[in-house]
Amino acid sequence: MGLTANSTGARLIKIQTAERSQKNQKLIALAGNPNVGKSTVFNALTGLHQHTGNWAGKTVAAAVGEFSTQNYSYALADLPGTYSLLAHSAEEEAARNFICFARLEAVVVVCDATCLERGLNLVLQITEICPKTVVCVNLIDEAKRRGIEVDLKALEENLGVPVVGTNAHDKRTLKRLTRSLDELCGGTLSTKPRKLRYIRPIEDAISLIEPLLKERVNCPIPPRRTALALLDDDLEFTREIEKSAGMRLSEDSEISAAVKQARDLLLQNDITAEILKDRIVSCIMLNVEEALDGAVKRTDRRVSKADKILTSKIFGFPLMILMLLIVFWITIVGANYPSELLSRGLFWLGDRLGKLMTFLNAPEWLSGLLVDGAYRVLAWVVAVMLPPMAIFFPLFTLLEDLGYLPRVAYNLDKPFAKCKACGKQALTMCMGFGCNAAGIVGCRIIDSKRERLIAMLTNVFVPCNGRFPMIITIITLYFVSASGFAGSLLSALALTAVILLGVLTTFGVSRLLSATILKGEPSSFTLELPPFRKPQVGKILARSLLDRTVFVLGRAAAVAAPAGAVIWILANVTIGDMTLLSHITGFFDPFARFIGLDGVIFTAFLLGLPANEIVIPLIIMSYMQLGSLSELAPAQMFELFSANGWTPVTAVCVIIFTLMHFPCSTSLLTLKKEAGGWKWAALSFVLPTICGMISCAIITNLSKFFVG
Amino acid sequence: MKICTLNELYVGERAVVKALDTKGAMRRRLLDIGLCCGARVECVSRSPLGDPSAYLIRGAVIAIRAADCRGVIVRRI
Repeated sequence: MGLTANSTGARLIKIQTAERSQKNQKLIALAGNPNVGKSTVFNALTGLHQHTGNWAGKTVAAAVGEFSTQNYSYALADLPGTYSLLAHSAEEEAARNFICFARLEAVVVVCDATCLERGLNLVLQITEICPKTVVCVNLIDEAKRRGIEVDLKALEENLGVPVVGTNAHDKRTLKRLTRSLDELCGGTLSTKPRKLRYIRPIEDAISLIEPLLKERVNCPIPPRRTALALLDDDLEFTREIEKSAGMRLSEDSEISAAVKQARDLLLQNDITAEILKDRIVSCIMLNVEEALDGAVKRTDRRVSKADKILTSKIFGFPLMILMLLIVFWITIVGANYPSELLSRGLFWLGDRLGKLMTFLNAPEWLSGLLVDGAYRVLAWVVAVMLPPMAIFFPLFTLLEDLGYLPRVAYNLDKPFAKCKACGKQALTMCMGFGCNAAGIVGCRIIDSKRERLIAMLTNVFVPCNGRFPMIITIITLYFVSASGFAGSLLSALALTAVILLGVLTTFGVSRLLSATILKGEPSSFTLELPPFRKPQVGKILARSLLDRTVFVLGRAAAVAAPAGAVIWILANVTIGDMTLLSHITGFFDPFARFIGLDGVIFTAFLLGLPANEIVIPLIIMSYMQLGSLSELAPAQMFELFSANGWTPVTAVCVIIFTLMHFPCSTSLLTLKKEAGGWKWAALSFVLPTICGMISCAIITNLSKFFVG
Repeated sequence: MKICTLNELYVGERAVVKALDTKGAMRRRLLDIGLCCGARVECVSRSPLGDPSAYLIRGAVIAIRAADCRGVIVRRI
């Protein structure tokens, strides 16, 4: 479900109960704006690996990790990144409720040294509720490099709570943070947080309610903050406070009267409900400016040269395409050799397994089912899937870590806005080139549910690593006769055309969806373009391999083995004088021919549900009437296909259908989980399939009409 | 011509926010990123297709669509 209140809320409640069961652990919360290195601090402290990336809004549900110092053991909850606690979104509400009601020992607020204003906005709101706060000014080295000097002592004095400077990548700097926490929790350090001051009328209004609350309400929230919530008519927050205090504030006649009187006072000063919200925000900002006074010396941030070039009118798009091409090229070329090695190794092991089965006197059908079926397909999927993913994901993560991906979204937002979708969809689309399942997970970064669904449903229109080799094979077999450099250049161009078709379809279908079942206006779009950061190569490798590659491979393998068994049964069990597979291909043949394919190709796509990588081996297997997946050299493959009636039009249709058909089982499972229902998974199955069938049918029948 | 909306700023121009004429989710987003009355902004770049534009707001560079900027009234400086 990604970013909904449900998932964040549920998880937080679990954390609270977990905390109660372990009384000796001190529960602290880690808060901060999005994209300030909060997750990096979290990882560095707890050693728990959580995915971090250089864009806003990465932490989707709160994670909890543990760490110990000499004095205490701590449970650290990583709250969703928020800009304020005025609770406008589900994440803010979750973060605020946690800070207010989880009985925390302390809060650590992570700020970005290069952008302290926004961080302090949150800090002041947090210290107002929880005085035991440590401010962690992160990325202090980077700030220095960019000419921003933060005087931590002065800041500490201004804020009244301990301030430590850290570079989360450098574990030693975190010592200061843990020392402050120990002191704070041990009571050897007391804080005197800066009070948030509002303009006169608001202060007057607060002072009408505050004493009453102090007297009558027993709640961890400072009465001053409760008074503000009542004035602001913040119903959600008031409800939480009432729950905690065990009384209905609105039913207390004196409090209600005081609130009414205070609101009247505000109205006399022309402060209506809507204006009040603004004034509160502005006042907090003024407080921030005061708190920063004398603590920060800066030469204003300029947009870097790299940024100007990467987002320029002339170079923006060519560079983006070039970058994409380089990534593909490295992936495809680099994956060849390890793929071959891996498949040789795995198939060798398969032979041994077969021999073992014979040795054990296993019946032939069992050995066939397990070794030729389940194992062979599993080995095939692993061999062709693992190397490209192991290359693509680190490359992609590198671009993510560097901060290039938000620029892609910035460049591509306009066409997405035209389709009433979100520019961040550009990022999930790029990720889809690696793996659609990973792309679908990535859609969590899109805030609006409608736009997120659009992005998930259209992700499959960009070909993933599993489909690239297939498209390239057919392009080289049927459309590129030149060899060597000219040949590979031509194939690259043809491939680019296919990709562009996929991208255009993404736009078209996004537009279609937002005009029909996912109707709505584009939501507000604000995208932070973070400064470029030096990527951390070691972490990139670990993260992309562990988090993404293994995850995707695991899901694929889980389906591949049983599918392998099914394929073996279909290819080896005969009814009458034909195998089951032949019966099926025969059944689909008339329809498949109508859309320019044939029964074998269509069945291969169906059986290739666990992984598109096995579609071509399946086609070869069916044409040659073999019992298990097999490979052929290109020349023989061309001969075999042509002998089975393939024309260039068939090849075009196969390419189109490869681009547009139902997603693989991994993507479907992922989509069901992320979108929250089989309904959406079913739609994601039907939508591209229909697009593909219609396109193929038009192409075949037009070509029949013209060519005869 | 000193008063205009945020989207009318040219690249390189600076301004101070005078008022927010938006409601709902967008207003909150704008306030979150620090675009409240009195905030200083600078238009730092426009994306290759002309929309969105990037603004320097309180030390961070943030891309906002022109349609959303129309609700931010600023005074050029």
